[in-house]
Amino acid sequence: MIRNQLLVCAGGACITSGEKSVKDVLVDELKKNGIEDEVQVIETGCMGACDLGPIVVVYPEGTFYQKVTVKNAGLIVNEHLVKGRTVGELLYTEPASEKRARTSGDIPFYTRQVKRVLRNCGAIDPLSIEEYIARDGYFALGKALEMAPDEIIRVLLDSGLRGRGGAGFPTGLKWKAAREAAGSPKYVVCNGDEGDPGAFMDRSVLEGDPHSIIEAMAIAGYAIGAEKGYMYARAEYPLAIERFECAIGKAREYGFLGRSILGTGFNFNIEIRIGAGAFVCGEETALLRSIEGKRGTPSVKPPFPAQSGLWDKPTLINNVETYANIPQIITNGAEWFRSVGSTKSPGTKVFALAGNVQNTGLVEVPMGTTLRELVFEIGGGIPGGKKFKAAQTGGPSGGVITAEYLDMPIDFDTVKEIGTIMGSGGLIVLDEDSCMVDVAKFYLGFTVDESCGKCTPCREGTRQMYHMMERICDGNGRDGDIERLSKLADVIKDTSLCGLGQSAPNPVLSTIRFYEDEYRAHIYEKKCPSHVCKHLLTYSITPDKCVGCTACARQCPVHAITGEVKKIHVIDQSKCTKCGSCYESCRFGAIRKE
Amino acid sequence: METRMLNVKINGRDYQVPEGTTILKAAREYAKIEVPTLCYLEGISEEGACAICVVEVKGARNLQRACLAKVGEGMEVWTNTSRVREARKLNIELLLANHPKDCFTCEKNQICDLRELAAELGVREVKFPRTRTEWLPFDDTSLSLVRDPNKCVLCRRCVNVCAKVQSVYAIDIAGRGSNSTVSTFLDEGLGNVECVNCGQCLLVCPTGAITERSEIPDVWKALGNPDKIVVVETAPAVRVAIGEEFGMPDGTQATGKMAAALRSLGFDKVFDTDFSADLTIMEEGFELIGRIKNGGTLPLITSCSPGWIKFAETFFPKVLDHVSSCKSPQQMFGTVTKTYWAEKMGIDPRKIVVVSIMPCTAKKFEKERPEMKTAFHHLQEKLGLKDEEAFNDVDYVLTTREAAQMIREAGIEFASLPEEDFDKPLGESTGAAVIFGATGGVMEAALRTAYEVITKKSLAKLDFEDVRGLEGIKSADVDIDGMTLKVAVANGLGNARVLMDQVQKGESPYHFIEIMCCPGGCLGGGGQPISHNPDIKKRRAEAIYREDAGKPIRKSHENPEVQEIYKDFLGEPNSEKAHHLLHTDYCDRSCK
Repeated sequence: MIRNQLLVCAGGACITSGEKSVKDVLVDELKKNGIEDEVQVIETGCMGACDLGPIVVVYPEGTFYQKVTVKNAGLIVNEHLVKGRTVGELLYTEPASEKRARTSGDIPFYTRQVKRVLRNCGAIDPLSIEEYIARDGYFALGKALEMAPDEIIRVLLDSGLRGRGGAGFPTGLKWKAAREAAGSPKYVVCNGDEGDPGAFMDRSVLEGDPHSIIEAMAIAGYAIGAEKGYMYARAEYPLAIERFECAIGKAREYGFLGRSILGTGFNFNIEIRIGAGAFVCGEETALLRSIEGKRGTPSVKPPFPAQSGLWDKPTLINNVETYANIPQIITNGAEWFRSVGSTKSPGTKVFALAGNVQNTGLVEVPMGTTLRELVFEIGGGIPGGKKFKAAQTGGPSGGVITAEYLDMPIDFDTVKEIGTIMGSGGLIVLDEDSCMVDVAKFYLGFTVDESCGKCTPCREGTRQMYHMMERICDGNGRDGDIERLSKLADVIKDTSLCGLGQSAPNPVLSTIRFYEDEYRAHIYEKKCPSHVCKHLLTYSITPDKCVGCTACARQCPVHAITGEVKKIHVIDQSKCTKCGSCYESCRFGAIRKE
Repeated sequence: METRMLNVKINGRDYQVPEGTTILKAAREYAKIEVPTLCYLEGISEEGACAICVVEVKGARNLQRACLAKVGEGMEVWTNTSRVREARKLNIELLLANHPKDCFTCEKNQICDLRELAAELGVREVKFPRTRTEWLPFDDTSLSLVRDPNKCVLCRRCVNVCAKVQSVYAIDIAGRGSNSTVSTFLDEGLGNVECVNCGQCLLVCPTGAITERSEIPDVWKALGNPDKIVVVETAPAVRVAIGEEFGMPDGTQATGKMAAALRSLGFDKVFDTDFSADLTIMEEGFELIGRIKNGGTLPLITSCSPGWIKFAETFFPKVLDHVSSCKSPQQMFGTVTKTYWAEKMGIDPRKIVVVSIMPCTAKKFEKERPEMKTAFHHLQEKLGLKDEEAFNDVDYVLTTREAAQMIREAGIEFASLPEEDFDKPLGESTGAAVIFGATGGVMEAALRTAYEVITKKSLAKLDFEDVRGLEGIKSADVDIDGMTLKVAVANGLGNARVLMDQVQKGESPYHFIEIMCCPGGCLGGGGQPISHNPDIKKRRAEAIYREDAGKPIRKSHENPEVQEIYKDFLGEPNSEKAHHLLHTDYCDRSCK
């Protein structure tokens, strides 16, 4: 008889912080106490609160233990399970109120979220199809197979679901086009080539709830008239691939994939294709070439994949998060789906919260949630009492949302109006110490590396932009650089072949729009206002604060600081490499960085 | 079904174009408006890589690629707005920032598409710093072609021609972003992969990134050596194209001027590969007759084209017994010159330098094949030659372009030269030999001879129209006195592959197949002048058939010099001596 269940988060971040050893300790301790038959240990997908990992949740109470280590994991068994005493030291303490949270329901990070896409992530064992079925899994497939394909597409159209890959194209229209396209066979493809720096929404779904994607792809196959699906996943996601593969096997065994699914005569199978690490393969036409075994380079649209995709056949391609919404829409209906979110962007959106924010991790909120709610209520604000400066969305294709838009409801359309994009859901919080020129340069550098090299503007243009950005950050900016950057950016956007190139200049354009003063400071005053760009920094010693302790001189790796004990020290600017060691070592605040 | 006509407005004027027409085609053909392109080659390279042909389409967020975007009903296109011009110019500037500035010494100086575009679009400065900081190494592994990746603009025309037209797939893009280059398998170099040396990539390269391996310096050196007797042979397709290099109209028959120019360059004898083309017909024709009569392997496939031979050796090694054992005319010529002619003239063959002028880059590879030292082996014992004294049958191969370059260097006014004849012997040829330069020509020449030899009757109509023309694959049933000979002709290796797949599967319905590596046959060879005239192959073919029609003798077996060489030297066609000197064998080059 099972009396308790221990849910151990086996998301990527928790695994990295030692989840496997924690789990081993739990299993050992259960055995030592002879209660291994009474307590079941289940490894789940990502629970979202990545900086609190490894996380262990004890059911049925739902007690939420965080930052569990090999040393204290035994307490969960010996105290909680054997003696019935909650382990206080492993509970989460809310920094503001200093109150201990017993369950995830007491933690603001969770309470503000609406889990739809992630509803099973962290709640079930992703390797168990039974647990998925127990949570209404494959109900939607059964229901869909009793509907006419056009009816399914009608529901999707009514739901207003828009593609979660970034562009926000209405999913129902895509399905409709694929259904109506002439040609056979047709294919269903799932884009799991999540590549934006810091984004891991899709990975978490694939790792934590793989059956939801299988179910959705089967529904898609039925709706458009395809018998074959491809799951395209990044090679960098081995765990996701492993779990998805296992799920395909189970689904076949249970008759949710294969021939005559649920006795309806509908056949559908899924194959996994693993990418080779190119960011551009997240672009759908490049992805399709990659599945075909060719070099992943984009081609001009039209023709759209729905008309001519894999092997020139009609192909439906959706992102992981988009698919994850499908079964619930079929089960609960379009109205249910529209019950959260904004009018034009209904439903929820998963964000990967990262950067200068207290709580990092995966969060799912209704579309139309404001940045303030995301950063300050769910994210717990900026660490170290620093000021919020901006949030970067849309990865290398996006831009920034500044403090003045903190209260703007975020959806596909609102972010577009201020020059950024929703993207796949990467949300990086920047505090007052971030240099926006440097941030833009970082993202541009990413695109320069990841451009496939096919078209002139993207291949040659982005690196010329990058050279200019480098020059500016190195203190060699010239009058007219902002105009030159903008002009080149316009042509790159206007003439690049695919979305990667067309959006590559966005981080620069967006930061020029909101932080032109920072660019001007770099170019004309040769100053980096946030003290980030190394070449524009000067370290000097304030004489009246220096006590002559020699700490800085001893730390300086290039012996640029001279001075005798108890005498004022001086930095030789010609030798200084601006490494910042002196600044770190001074206990009297005598080193000035400007 | 009738094609729907769409209404389109281009630069404010109304046009009607069939549904499915690209904006580029609508502009160029219907509106007579030039939209510049760089990476585009109709039907071959349609990738939209260069972003030069961009145009403004009303309602579209971004500029559209005219080469790929199709016209829609009611579309409004603007090809000449400042937004369009600026974008094109800037993209050219970006390419130039990554391009060597050595136009003065570049082989493609006068025919560079990039230079032309920069001039046409009025690019007067490159606002960007040079992006290439270190030079990439040349690929000089091939005996035929040299690639300079520094001049490559990554347009992919070469890649597409190699893959889609030739089905060789020797080159593709490697690396990512600004590190991408056109490369070969594991960067082994063209000389070490399946490249067949056809040079079609060179013809379509818009810059000087692919050129032939030049043998001009060697030839100048030989011509300047008083101890050498330097003879030159010229392939059939050269005479109808070389005039283009000197501003003469496309399709000019420049046979006489070419002979005169070569003599002016200082060649001791100006001979004609057409002579050995007639010889080839004798050998190959009799091989065919023999195989038909004796139940030999059929279909028999021609072997004149060295690009095709390497293709067969690489991709179809199991059916090489279908390929005629005849050497190509170039190689027969070299052997005959250093044996028959040397003997006849009493010249030490070691003193003879054979230079051949070819429409072809693969011939440079062919002459270096180890089998192609027949004259040496034939004479080794007689002359007491050591192994290290081995010499090639053909010493140097110049492309049509290289020959023209030498003529220019020598200051010869080609166009105003009086016409001269070839030297004799080895200078006489028939119309049958001339048409070797066009696809279907070898077939037609062979049929003329085979018919008369088999039936012992005179052929009433010499023109086999069914095998003429530029279609990729042609076939015909030829009645030879009640026997139906089924023949097929393919030009371009992609088409050859279709016929060869049939042969490999044992499903080929044909008795005799002619295969030419290059589209159009030798007249479209990789060594020919680079032309922007889309009809150039047609013009050259017309000239070839005019040349044939004007020849007093039009059947190979009637060539008196050919008859003489058999009488005096070789004996019968396919005799043991002929086999020894004029035939060869092939090797398996497939990857194992």
